[in-house]
Amino acid sequence: MTDFLDNWGLILITFLPLVGALVMMVVPKEAEDTHKALAIVASGAALVITILLLANFDYDDAGTLQFLVDKEWIPLINSGFILGLDGISLPLVAMTALVVPLVAIYSWNHIPEPGNPKAFMALILILETGMIGSFVAQDLILFFVFFEVVLLPMYFMIGVWGGPERKYASIKFFLYTLFGSALMIVAFLSLYFLSAEQTFDMRVLTELGGLDIARTTQILIFGGMFMGFGIKVPMFPFHTWLPDAHTQAPTQGSVILAAVLLKLGTYGFVRIALPFLPEGAQWWAPIIGVLAVIGIIYGALGCLAQSDMKRLIAFSSVAHMGFVMLGIATLTDFGINAAMFGMVAHGLITGMLFFIAGSIKDRYHTLEIKRLGGLLISAPRLGWILGFSSMASLGLPGLAGFWGEFPAILSAYQPAPMLNEALFRTLMVIAALGTVLAAGYLLWLYQRTAFGTPSEEFADDPEITDVSTIEWISWAPMLVLIVVLGFLPSLIFDVTNPAATVVVAAATGS
Amino acid sequence: MLAVLAQAAEAFTKPVMDYGAIAPELVLVGTVILLALLDSWKLERARAAMPALAGIGLLVALIPLAVLAADGAPRVLLGGGYVVDSMALVLKALFIISAYVVVLLSTNYMAEGDYWESEYYTLLLSSVLGMAVMASSRDLIGIFVAFELLSIPSYMLGAWRKGDLRSNEAGLKYYLMGVFATAILLYGMSLAYGLGGSTNLEVIGERIASLGTDGVPVVALALLFVIVGFGFKVSAVPFHVWAPDTYEGAPTPVTAFLAVASKTAGFVALIQVTYFAFIVRPDVIEPAFFVLSAASMTVGNLIAIRQTNVIRLLAYSGIAQAGFMLAPFAVASANPEQSLQALVTYLVIYAAMNLGAFGAIIAITRRTRSAELEDLGGLFTYMPGLATVFTLFLASLIGIPPFGGWWAKFGIFASLVDADTGLGWALAVIMAVNTAIAAYYYLKVAKAMWFDDVPEGADTSPVSVPVSIGFALVVTVVATVLFGTLPQLINDATDFGLVAFGG
Repeated sequence: MTDFLDNWGLILITFLPLVGALVMMVVPKEAEDTHKALAIVASGAALVITILLLANFDYDDAGTLQFLVDKEWIPLINSGFILGLDGISLPLVAMTALVVPLVAIYSWNHIPEPGNPKAFMALILILETGMIGSFVAQDLILFFVFFEVVLLPMYFMIGVWGGPERKYASIKFFLYTLFGSALMIVAFLSLYFLSAEQTFDMRVLTELGGLDIARTTQILIFGGMFMGFGIKVPMFPFHTWLPDAHTQAPTQGSVILAAVLLKLGTYGFVRIALPFLPEGAQWWAPIIGVLAVIGIIYGALGCLAQSDMKRLIAFSSVAHMGFVMLGIATLTDFGINAAMFGMVAHGLITGMLFFIAGSIKDRYHTLEIKRLGGLLISAPRLGWILGFSSMASLGLPGLAGFWGEFPAILSAYQPAPMLNEALFRTLMVIAALGTVLAAGYLLWLYQRTAFGTPSEEFADDPEITDVSTIEWISWAPMLVLIVVLGFLPSLIFDVTNPAATVVVAAATGS
Repeated sequence: MLAVLAQAAEAFTKPVMDYGAIAPELVLVGTVILLALLDSWKLERARAAMPALAGIGLLVALIPLAVLAADGAPRVLLGGGYVVDSMALVLKALFIISAYVVVLLSTNYMAEGDYWESEYYTLLLSSVLGMAVMASSRDLIGIFVAFELLSIPSYMLGAWRKGDLRSNEAGLKYYLMGVFATAILLYGMSLAYGLGGSTNLEVIGERIASLGTDGVPVVALALLFVIVGFGFKVSAVPFHVWAPDTYEGAPTPVTAFLAVASKTAGFVALIQVTYFAFIVRPDVIEPAFFVLSAASMTVGNLIAIRQTNVIRLLAYSGIAQAGFMLAPFAVASANPEQSLQALVTYLVIYAAMNLGAFGAIIAITRRTRSAELEDLGGLFTYMPGLATVFTLFLASLIGIPPFGGWWAKFGIFASLVDADTGLGWALAVIMAVNTAIAAYYYLKVAKAMWFDDVPEGADTSPVSVPVSIGFALVVTVVATVLFGTLPQLINDATDFGLVAFGG
């Protein structure tokens, strides 16, 4: 069993969803329930194997790659098919493997217009392959391939099943990301040609730690990666695709986008940019820190200006990812740990908020905040879940969101030695103000949608029902995890810490 | 008189022919003769069997090719004028398989359209024969004969829809531009012969190299005229004007043939003259190819953005793609091995994805009867399979992993960057920008199929794809995906190393 997992575990969780999508190709389009079931089975199988991997993971050695697969792939450019799981990959892989089946279950009776579950579910599965593949790939070219695999399914998901402005939103999403990844691949190539080893193997590149590349060159290459990953995060000022994409995407698309896709960017910083280009990272860290804090404040102010619930949640993502980037910018193991926790917490909480927004839209056929109201009367359970998720999102202690924000702010108090302490302490103060704004817009949202009495147009609407069984099944695991991680943050910190230490050691040369 | 002739005959030594080495060409010749004889003997009764026979002939030609590949040793014929090495074998296989896919795509089109079928396949195979000869020719005479053998049938194929004015226009334009290019080419070749004192490329290369700085203008003229002559064939800007009209007017399977096989043959001709002779003069060829490459990708892309007809769009995008394929020539001297490998890799992957794209559009227009972008609206709702397959090829043409196109582009980028010359870096940047522009218009097609509404009055009942087209699509999809996910498959085949170079 252990042998099997060692050799095949990561390959299976990466490609099982894709196999599911291929099987769906041969099933006729009319068999809609079969397609939904196939998607649940395929992503569920990947989840089961992920759980087995988690059970067999050696947590005392989370800093090294485990279940390593190392096969020849493109010898011409010295690029290998290398997969591995360590403390940085593990939480994100686990979250992806969990969120996708939940989305598939949710889709059972929530296929957005214009229908066609076959294509919809197949795209979700292809997305899962791309996402898990990106998190376990340990070769830059392989990472790039998986990173790009994600692009087209999301483009079609927004463009076909999205809202009224879907065409604009999808092309904007696509062109922004493509532009970023074009610069990213140029950065990867120059890393390859300039380093003495001429390899794409991330293990070797981490070990080299940019030793043989001049500082100015490192800064330039880091700039290329910064564009690639920064657009994906998204960092201010490259965030403008996000509110459009989120608002127009179907519920499932928004959930996957928020929970997993954005993390590809932050993961890229932690896994690739920081350790491979230490001097570049040190030069860029203050810039990243400042942009992150601008993102926090700008995102929060953006939230306050929104009249659409989904757009508000989208802007809150900009703010939350700002906290994650602030943690990364400190270049300390404390900050990286906070960032890793922030990624998971944001994935669960914002994913949950988008689920709720989708369900509200299904019932009210609008997400305009001023038309909603009295959710606690019309659908009390849905109202309470919205309240719970909002509290988690604003960082209430005892829930997961707290451990994403608080340590990130704290880490800015003591950044890595070579960074400007005064600057980061200033950033810390501003970021802390951001949490106040977060409390402001979330409570304001909750108050206007859930409190009061239902407006006349929705008072006796029979469509407004409480949480359905399907919704309970797909939401419960996320709600439980938000509480569990809130009380036992060490579940994540213990895993990420050894790996974060490795990253920081490479990034600061200590 | 007789005595003189007898004397000449004695002086002439009969070349030793290695018939095994030219067996693929012999099979093609045999098939062409068989098709022509059958047509004149059985007349109309042979019609139905023609596509099958042509296909079988092509597949049979692959057998001696495989034997030669397994044998591995390069064979040199006609005093170095005809070489069967690993590169020639890969290119011949590419031509023959491409032609086979074109036969598959043509079968229904030709049978249903009431065109002359027998002659069509005879001419198609003659053209392929010319391409196969081109892949081995290392001699000006051989290259010229091969070039004409592959061109003349394609002029006629372009005008195959006799009743259609546009098809006549297509054929005529192609013909006039083609003979014009041939004239320039011949002039360039005569200069090269004058400089080199031989028709053998290797000898020409040595002589040109030994000239040093003497006679630079003549050398430049010779090389440039030859390059220009082939530049027409590969539709490089500014010699591209025939391509969009010809592509749109010609029967679509012929367009696929011209856009893939014929263009590849032009590139093979360029490979022969550049890598085996002109490579010694980087001062002339590298700037020339730089200009051709940069102009082709930029102009082709900018005009493609404005197209509303998918076939015209593919024609202009083909011009831009030709620009990508011309890029390695601009670092031919600085980085010969890698640039040649990148180029042949691109040719192979381009053949798979572009033939696939044309196959998909042929299958789609069987229903829509039009390749206008607006008529493809909402295709995904009633032809999901074809829409998905077409999208896959478009994604590959953009260069999105995991489809073959990404590896093709990656190889070219890597060879440009690794050459580390000013022109190489500049071209890499221009190419990166053009890749993004190209993404926009390829996506425009995908967007129409997936996001737009079905046009009014469109027939949206389920469609059936004919078996032959379906098989062609399967072959091209599998090839495109395999080349993208396991690029090493193709790297091994295109790893010619130093053996390929005369110099």
